[in-house]
Amino acid sequence: MSAQEEILQEVTIKFAGDSGDGMQLTGTQFTNNTALMGIDLATFPDFPAEIRAPIGTLAGVSGYQLHFSSKKVYTPGDIADVLVVMNAAALKVNIKSLKPGGKIVANIDGFDSKNLRLAHYPDGINPLEDGSLDNYEVIKIDVTKLTREALKDFKELGVKERDRAKNMFVLGFIYWMYNRTLDTTIDFLKDKFGKKEIILQSNIKVLQAGYNYGDTTETFTSRYTIEKAKLPSGSYRNIMGNAALAMGLVAAGEKSGLTLFLGSYPITPATDILQDLSKYKSFGVKTFQAEDEIAAISSAIGASYGGLLGITTTSGPGMALKAEAMGLAVMLEIPLVIVNVQRGGPSTGLPTKTEQSDLMQAYYGRNGECPMPVIASSTPSDCFDVAYEASRIAVQHMTPVILLSDGYIANGAEPWKYPVSADLQPIDVKYKTKLDEGEETFLPYKRDEKLVRPWAIPGTAGFEHRIGGLEKQDLTGAVSYDTDNHQHMIKTRQAKVDKIADYIPLQKIDSGAEKGKVLVLGWGSTYGAIKSAVLELQAQGLSVSHAHLRYIRPFPKNLGEMIKNFDKILIPEINNGQLVKIIRDQYLVDAKAFNKMMGIPITKGELIDVIKGML
Amino acid sequence: MSETLTAPTLTAKDFANDNEVRWCPGCGDYSILAQVQKIMPTIGVPKEDVVVISGIGCSSRFPYYMNTFGMHSIHGRATAIASGLKAARPELSVWIVTGDGDSLSIGGNHTIHLLRRNFDVNVLLFNNQIYGLTKGQYSPTSEEHKLTKTSPYGSIDHPFNPLALAMGADATFVARSMDRDPKHLQQTLTRANQHKGTSFVEIYQNCSIFNDGAFEIFTEKGSKLEETLFLESGQPLIFGTNKNKGIKLDGFTPVVVELGNGVSADDLWIHDDKDFYKAQILVRMFDDPRKANHLPRPFGVFYETERPCYEEVMALQIEEVIASKGKGNLDKLLRGNEVWDIA
Repeated sequence: MSAQEEILQEVTIKFAGDSGDGMQLTGTQFTNNTALMGIDLATFPDFPAEIRAPIGTLAGVSGYQLHFSSKKVYTPGDIADVLVVMNAAALKVNIKSLKPGGKIVANIDGFDSKNLRLAHYPDGINPLEDGSLDNYEVIKIDVTKLTREALKDFKELGVKERDRAKNMFVLGFIYWMYNRTLDTTIDFLKDKFGKKEIILQSNIKVLQAGYNYGDTTETFTSRYTIEKAKLPSGSYRNIMGNAALAMGLVAAGEKSGLTLFLGSYPITPATDILQDLSKYKSFGVKTFQAEDEIAAISSAIGASYGGLLGITTTSGPGMALKAEAMGLAVMLEIPLVIVNVQRGGPSTGLPTKTEQSDLMQAYYGRNGECPMPVIASSTPSDCFDVAYEASRIAVQHMTPVILLSDGYIANGAEPWKYPVSADLQPIDVKYKTKLDEGEETFLPYKRDEKLVRPWAIPGTAGFEHRIGGLEKQDLTGAVSYDTDNHQHMIKTRQAKVDKIADYIPLQKIDSGAEKGKVLVLGWGSTYGAIKSAVLELQAQGLSVSHAHLRYIRPFPKNLGEMIKNFDKILIPEINNGQLVKIIRDQYLVDAKAFNKMMGIPITKGELIDVIKGML
Repeated sequence: MSETLTAPTLTAKDFANDNEVRWCPGCGDYSILAQVQKIMPTIGVPKEDVVVISGIGCSSRFPYYMNTFGMHSIHGRATAIASGLKAARPELSVWIVTGDGDSLSIGGNHTIHLLRRNFDVNVLLFNNQIYGLTKGQYSPTSEEHKLTKTSPYGSIDHPFNPLALAMGADATFVARSMDRDPKHLQQTLTRANQHKGTSFVEIYQNCSIFNDGAFEIFTEKGSKLEETLFLESGQPLIFGTNKNKGIKLDGFTPVVVELGNGVSADDLWIHDDKDFYKAQILVRMFDDPRKANHLPRPFGVFYETERPCYEEVMALQIEEVIASKGKGNLDKLLRGNEVWDIA
């Protein structure tokens, strides 16, 4: 017997199970395998804030969505074609995100009476048996039983340990379903369990058992192949947003010749960056896990004052705590990169869910007139470029810079045509070590044509000077309470940030005409959804264009002009309308907002409906 | 011709600058500034390598009056900023100037973490037991029942014992001195600077406007000898106008004994600043001098020990990783472990 082979253009698959079922691992393994096939993809991990919510409950469901295609992929997919569920709760939580007629791969063992009760199904009702899933193709597998069976010769392993390999069975089966080989996961297992031979062998055994189950069972009629995507030529790797961001910072350190210093305090979903940079000691990176968010940014300020590239990474609540120190950095006019991987707020909010609701905080959230550049990353791989650019702006313009990412791109993955270090634009930095011609004394707040003051670091003889948070006398940096000077310095600090617009690229239209009916203007992680919605509408011949902002403060110089070329402006955001307020304020246009605050990304389908409503 | 190049000899004046010192007349800060400037030329550090970091409060104006690098930062965070600076630039001589509100109230958290990490920096805690810059509210070291603008019926806060707090945070150098004893202050600061690790020096500092005389019982001639106990390692704990009293340990309890009548210096507690357990008792000699039968207040170096400094271990770890893995290669990092090519 052989299953029927079918070629598909794209698939969205969602793996869902209990937090302890290893669905994130299953998802990332399938993702890496897919990436190495040269198939384009985007992912969306979706997990609860609790590390282990009670087993089997709705709160404990962890999901991992992957959209892969032989065409260019921009989003993790609005709706799944295939849903893999390890228990009843996973089915209940995710059935609404499966398209009608989609496939369900269900672990029967996860639908026993206890699991059904925990998932709040009424007594005696099992969705796998009652016909409620008749509109779907349900593939029922007793994963637990088959896993235990596969491991019957592994007598050293207890039942608990055997059951832990269940996700490998599912992964093996999905590999079969999509015509893959097991190599990448076997390599991964060797790397992970190399020293624990029994665990390694048992996992491989179950993985193979899952694959063979597909191969030998006649129930399944189809196997699917997705061909390589036609991406621009080059070398690719798979990358997640936080990993890319950490690498962008390392690259900036290397290309500026500055040692990187990260002061950080663990916080979801930004912690990975601290963890990654802690590993990169061979690059001389200094990481300091501070006692709190305030110490984290303060230590980075201390390091920057000492001539290093100071970085701090956090999420919304941490940003709130860092606000006063950001003000100090603005006053000191020293380089600093502040990374905010946004999450649902306010307060503790939704730590593991995504949101773009800290834009106003980044823009205005400090005491006094306290302008800081704000830039935002839009995709996982874009986090690299934006981290590099934030560092460049910080050291070349002697200013703290806020970099906004969010939970969705931080944990999402995509193929990345990674750069070669030689192609990265060098970041020139100069410390002040001698007086220029005609200079008689050192003036710490004397500015150059960019309105940037000199960086004279401790240890430089003859340049001893004092700085601080009190208002500065222009030029000398001495404490000044002079009324005219204060007004002058406020205006100057603002002008300095505004002037960065002269040193960043002009805004480009991402897709569509330069003039037209609707411009969809986005920032951050809505990129993929806007891009795919707009492309689809353009294909229908509709007059829609898309522009996506990386530089939010200051805006590119041509943005106002660009906006005026469209009849209507739509600004979709995962917040209650923040960029839209700034755009209205700066350009006096009647921009429309589309806002979704559900802790999940905006979908292509939602946007298509909204845009069509405006045409 | 031969000319020997020697570093110019600096004096206290070289560490002062043209800024007009603006503390209130009679403020204890003047003396502390003078003593710091006096010892600076003797510590063997080039002026450009000295950095003074302060937080907010009267004492925190200090960096402006030092002709070195300096930062007047934000309230409570001098310790955290100095931590980052020292981690970044271990070769610098970093001095933290802070007050009782700055380091024990708003910045209390950073203070204890600085101490446990043991950065090689010097902390000068100007303790005046009052909020001076905001004009007279009780501080975390103000005594109970104190009448201030925010405690018009008496403070109900129990005060911190700063040195006990430092010991609790595993400080490696714990000392107390006072503004009114310049010589002792210079000696203490010199030893603090010599110590490798975080040196925590509490300095009793008189606020002449909002808490005048808070420490006069310890600092003024009439009572000083009876109320204070100056510690010297290897020496017995003797005090009193006629050096006629001493401290003896009765179990774990220090008691005052009169010398003579069969009691000699040999019977007294001999100070050993390396003794961790006895230092715990010593810092607890913190009686309210208004109470009867109180113990004298000790001054000097209570405790000193060695422990690796954070910045050194940090640098060492980086060296070790580079030695074992080689210097980081950016292209290798960017490439990762698994790549594929698209033609």
